[in-house]
Amino acid sequence: MNIAGKIREFIQENLVVWEDDISFSDTDNIFQLGFVNSLFAMKLLNFVEIEFDIKIENNEIELVNFSSVANMERLVKSKLMQAHE
Amino acid sequence: MNNIVTPASIIEEARLFAKEHIRPYTTRFEENNGIPRSLINKMGEHGFLGAVFPPLYGGLGLDPIAYGQMTEEIGKACCSTRSVLTVHTSLVGQTILRFGTEEQRSYWLPLIASGKKIGAFALSEAETGSDAGSVKTSYINHEDEYAITGRKKWISLGHIADFFIVIASCKEKVTAFIVERDETVTSTPMQGLLANRAGHVAEITFNNTRIPAANILGKEGIGLSHIINTAMDYGRYSIAWAGLAIAQEALESMATYARQRTQFGQKIYKFQSIQQMISQAVVNVHAARCLCLKAGQMRSENHPDAVVETIVAKYHTSKTAMQIATDAVQLHGGNGCYNMYVPERLFREAKILEIIEGSSQVLQGIISEFGLKKYYTKAHE
Repeated sequence: MNIAGKIREFIQENLVVWEDDISFSDTDNIFQLGFVNSLFAMKLLNFVEIEFDIKIENNEIELVNFSSVANMERLVKSKLMQAHE
Repeated sequence: MNNIVTPASIIEEARLFAKEHIRPYTTRFEENNGIPRSLINKMGEHGFLGAVFPPLYGGLGLDPIAYGQMTEEIGKACCSTRSVLTVHTSLVGQTILRFGTEEQRSYWLPLIASGKKIGAFALSEAETGSDAGSVKTSYINHEDEYAITGRKKWISLGHIADFFIVIASCKEKVTAFIVERDETVTSTPMQGLLANRAGHVAEITFNNTRIPAANILGKEGIGLSHIINTAMDYGRYSIAWAGLAIAQEALESMATYARQRTQFGQKIYKFQSIQQMISQAVVNVHAARCLCLKAGQMRSENHPDAVVETIVAKYHTSKTAMQIATDAVQLHGGNGCYNMYVPERLFREAKILEIIEGSSQVLQGIISEFGLKKYYTKAHE
């Protein structure tokens, strides 16, 4: 599975909305939509670091970096590129 | 002589330490309104205070399960002494380990591990309990430093703490700061508490307390989303084992008393009503231990659901502790209401665990969300 797919799957496993037909795009802000609970920001940070074996620095813990699948994918890709430079 | 430190040896050392240095003095600690600083220093000398930190920072590198089992040994003997592990080591130390800069980790963690500096977590206020984001303690930015003003309440170890993780707000931002006690920080011990009477619980006032920007923990604005939630997760894991400790201790007191106490010409364990209480306690303690071990294992594996399994464990062990401590008082009769017997204290201490680090009611909401997601089966699939 690619990076965006893994992130999307993790978000879906942690949604706290109960309609069967719920959906979100890669650019939807999952926090603004109320799709996740108050613990999710912490869980998401842990997930991204462990799943992709990267270290997110404190100055990178911006909500914008974690607000959508696309933004997280961008952050993860940039961290992976840094690691290989 | 074998001096190799293993998880098992540390747990056994904690048991012996509790037997010699804590258990005989628990009532005295309460009467004196606090565990002595010398006891905390001794815990540091034995490595308990940094047990879960990496050796690089003066710790023993214990895994979560061994740390939990060590916490249980201390917690069985005295809840206030165990609160040093919950607050100083877990809430403060582990949060600095997780979000601190390398400079912060290198400076603070060895001091925490040795007990040379005592830390407290200053979140709660008179009007701020479960709603952690509503803190009134505020901060303002003065060029390269910040100034904090406000009053915290219910702060365990607050009266003897040398430094604090302080949660404060500025407009919409909630931020965590590492704040050393100075002349602008005053503390007032809280009297009249139901329990944790020896835990140096205090109200803390910060009066324009100046701190350098380098003392922000994590980053400005992530105090609620990351720092508090992470600290509470560490704290809840500690409290899960604290609940198990009370439940186990209460069960042992029941089994022992039931075999020694005679009424109506026979030992009371022969009465079916007593057997029922003891059997329920055995089952619930075993179940609680399984949940703690499962949470610990998942934390070791960095499992994404470790957070919620920790919540499940904390919820269950705190409820179980309250139930078994209540039964222990009942089984002891009048002696259960007397502080010369253990159940009197366990009964008071157990109630606290249903409130701190996420009240049972708050945790029910999270557990319910988890269940609605995990156990949903679409019909006919």
